[in-house]
Amino acid sequence: MNTPNDLLYAKSHEWLRLDQGKGYVGITDHAQSALSDVVFVELPKAGRTVKAGEVVATVESVKAASDIYSPVEGTIVESNATLTSDPGLINREPYGQGWLFKIEPTQPKPNGLLTATEYSATLPS
Amino acid sequence: MIPFAGWNLPVEYSGLLAEHKATRQAAGLFDISHMGQIRATGPGALAALEVLLANDPAKLKDGEGHYTFLLNDQGGVIDDLFLYRLGPSDFLLVVNASRHVEDLALLSKQKSNVSFVGSPGSTAGMALQGPRAPAILSKLIQGDLSNPSLPPRNHIRQYTIAGHLVLVGATGYTGEEGYEFFMERKAGPKIWDHILATGKSEGLLPCGLGARDSLRLEAGFPLNGQDLSPEITPVEAGLGFFVDLTRPRPFLGRTAVETQKKSGAPRVCIGIKGVTGQPPPRHDYPVFRGDQRIGVITSGVPSPTLGHGIALALITAPAPPCGQDLEFEVRGRRVPAKVCHRKFLGKR
Repeated sequence: MNTPNDLLYAKSHEWLRLDQGKGYVGITDHAQSALSDVVFVELPKAGRTVKAGEVVATVESVKAASDIYSPVEGTIVESNATLTSDPGLINREPYGQGWLFKIEPTQPKPNGLLTATEYSATLPS
Repeated sequence: MIPFAGWNLPVEYSGLLAEHKATRQAAGLFDISHMGQIRATGPGALAALEVLLANDPAKLKDGEGHYTFLLNDQGGVIDDLFLYRLGPSDFLLVVNASRHVEDLALLSKQKSNVSFVGSPGSTAGMALQGPRAPAILSKLIQGDLSNPSLPPRNHIRQYTIAGHLVLVGATGYTGEEGYEFFMERKAGPKIWDHILATGKSEGLLPCGLGARDSLRLEAGFPLNGQDLSPEITPVEAGLGFFVDLTRPRPFLGRTAVETQKKSGAPRVCIGIKGVTGQPPPRHDYPVFRGDQRIGVITSGVPSPTLGHGIALALITAPAPPCGQDLEFEVRGRRVPAKVCHRKFLGKR
């Protein structure tokens, strides 16, 4: 499984990429692989304030609907509208064009998240 | 791998969508070794099955099979199963893994000149499904000159495949042409590999539980534990056709289902289709007509073939006509849907 070193991770399989006070959130390679082909996404509206660990989105494959949790507290800035017409991007580019939403974290340095090495250690080998 | 009725089963091999598509367009191979195979033999076998099963086993000629039910006193479904008649006093029951032990206990109460054999884990089974299945089976039985032709739909025949005796029934759970293979447990791995190797050039893929579920639902087939249960009768599930009341034959649950067949059931199973771009219907979502909650979705999936959600729902009778607007509730929000025929892919 691909687990890039420059991202932070939640145990619930979301990643966070911090960039100039904003963060992009998506699901990990492991998560997209476990879900298999994503066919539908429900994303949060811009302006919504969320707590860390709050359900903010749903990703559905043929198999099941899976809740997505916000890795940090903050305000949603934008959702990835491209996913509505092409949800398969989550499978093809989980760390790139398959991002789910952009968030402005309340704390500049979020706590409780894992490094790539720590997250990898939580996955079944 | 996920736990399923005491077994670990693969959800997918190469990917659910690829497996689903392979089965619709070429062929898929499913490991159904978890399903119970119970052999009923002895001069009293037919009489024992006649008082237990809702479809009439006496209708079956040697080599034929049909879909049937084991019901409780209220007419609810303990198990839905396939019954094959192998000989005058020799039957094979293919039952759900989750009900296998319960079925055996119930069957074994019949002791008059009949024995029921087949405990969990004693056999292996595989389903070969899809438009290329007949071509693959033809190749598999090429060497068996004693029995050169394929079994017709709902028939079962014995072949020698890769040196093992295998029963092959022409049925399945996908809505495609196909076959189910039944054999002793130790032959399983070899037959699995042999079928996969033989079918490779035809586009055969091994398929997991995920594709099995999406394929069966597109075909409108019920899943025991969701669309059927001890609280749901075959009449409510829209499967009254498989309850045979022609002969004055007492069987478990007869009185209850006979009443429902004559005067109607309080609930009815309908097909529902969702809208592309809306969340797909899933098991246990409530169903509404206007402000009234009329029932619940028993099985639902985003259909890989159709590109929109499909579902079976159990609602208060009478059934609304096809095309009528309904809603189901997803994560606290109402989503539009329409009543449709339960054979979601149409007549095939």
